[in-house]
Amino acid sequence: MIVAEPKPIKEILEMVRDYKKILVVGCKGCVTVCNVGGAKEVGILASTLRIAARKDNREIEVGEHTLERQCDPEYVDELKDIIDKYDAVISIACGVGPQFLSERYPEKRIFPGVNTKFMGGAVEHGIWAERCAGCGTCVIHYFGGLCPIARCSKSLMNGPCGGSAGGKCEVSKDIDCVWDMIVKKLMKEGRLDDLLKFRPPKDWTTARDGGPRRLVREELVK
Amino acid sequence: MSDYKSGSNLEKVLKSGTFAFTGECGPPQGANIDVLKKKAQHLKGCVDAVNVTDNQTAVVRMSSWAASLFLIQEGLEPNYQMVCRDRNRLAMQSDILGAYAHGIRNMLCLSGDHQKFGNHPGSKNVFDIDSMQLINMVKNMRDEGKFQNGQEIDVPPKIFIGAASNPFGDPTEFRPYRLAKKINAGADFIQTQSIYNMDRFRKFMKQVVDMGLHEKCYILAGITPMKSVGMARYMASQVPGMDVPESLIKRLKGAGKGKVAEEGIKFAIEQIEEFKEMEGVAGVHLMAIEWEHRVPEIAERAGMLPRPKID
Repeated sequence: MIVAEPKPIKEILEMVRDYKKILVVGCKGCVTVCNVGGAKEVGILASTLRIAARKDNREIEVGEHTLERQCDPEYVDELKDIIDKYDAVISIACGVGPQFLSERYPEKRIFPGVNTKFMGGAVEHGIWAERCAGCGTCVIHYFGGLCPIARCSKSLMNGPCGGSAGGKCEVSKDIDCVWDMIVKKLMKEGRLDDLLKFRPPKDWTTARDGGPRRLVREELVK
Repeated sequence: MSDYKSGSNLEKVLKSGTFAFTGECGPPQGANIDVLKKKAQHLKGCVDAVNVTDNQTAVVRMSSWAASLFLIQEGLEPNYQMVCRDRNRLAMQSDILGAYAHGIRNMLCLSGDHQKFGNHPGSKNVFDIDSMQLINMVKNMRDEGKFQNGQEIDVPPKIFIGAASNPFGDPTEFRPYRLAKKINAGADFIQTQSIYNMDRFRKFMKQVVDMGLHEKCYILAGITPMKSVGMARYMASQVPGMDVPESLIKRLKGAGKGKVAEEGIKFAIEQIEEFKEMEGVAGVHLMAIEWEHRVPEIAERAGMLPRPKID
């Protein structure tokens, strides 16, 4: 899933300080799963905005709405009868959501209520970790199903670097050295030959380096 | 035509079978070339080549190729270091061409410390290619006369290719294999991480020799003399992939006030003496960090002088 975290409330309050009618829009996709942008969080943020306004003796009206997905025009359309009542919208979907809202409702001021972090999953309750860098050419099968592009701090294709110590990355003790994991796994499986294979420079054209990406599936295009 | 790959002094010394001795010089954090020239003068005549670091520990310094050119002007042979952190393959190849055209003949290909450790932790890193791929790219530029994209080079750069090896990095069991991989990728010589744990290094070298790796490339053992107990403690606890045994810290402490630096040098000299006899070790790489003025004394006491002149 796409993992996000709430923006500091101070930053959100600063963003929407000049607006009196604010709509908070959540998303039932990834951000609901990672407890940051679902219906529950919409309610919490809306209440926080109301309380903050009351404290400052400001009158505001805060609406709440959660869409099935904000990354799909079909669902974004659902706001068309609601959005007119508001001057500002806070989207607490991932970075895609507020952009789809901005594109569909260009006359509205749309604000992001979360910071989108990465593609990953929950490794423990309340702890998420990155797994995919979206490079566009998946090669994790060379590396025991572990991705060095996303999980090595230097995206080494021929690791580990000299900074790997005790299974941890030189960058932080909180980061597992993925190359330590790859090496140990493949050596255990007797796949030393695979480890010794030279992996040539990656073609980054399929990654973000090729420019903003677009995917066309002819068979699905009407 | 000579049968040298690059014709660098370092290559000639190593090929002659002489026990090589390389030094290191960090470029200034500014355009102060007087500092650089002073460091160079200390090293002159004491070493076969001088590593010129590339924004080491991710701290901005004068570019390694520019500092390398100053060393050439001062009569020293640079070992031009290049890390993968700050450049993509375009910048790397163009810098290599320029460096070669200006007379640089040795290169050390490294991944580079993560920018988190340096003085611009908010910067974006590159890591377009990794150190293994850099080694291979330089080899193909030299031997095939081709850029990374396969296009032909008009006058290929003839570079003596160096790489690093950390015998103390984890997973330990893979380190000799990673060294083998670097040799296969094109490394002509290896400079190791600073060695303090001699037991572990002996075991590493035994495995390297058993694998026959020392016959495929020249291995220079890395030494950084300890200046103080604080430095030893810092290296032991703060530098990832460094192994400083407690016994060494104890020995330095035991030297007593004002005598720790001398004890550090004594240990370094003992190391050099052992490396001279150790199978598979072709030389020593002395990284006397901000201690260049002590290099002549260390070289003298370790019996490394005079350095050979090979035509």
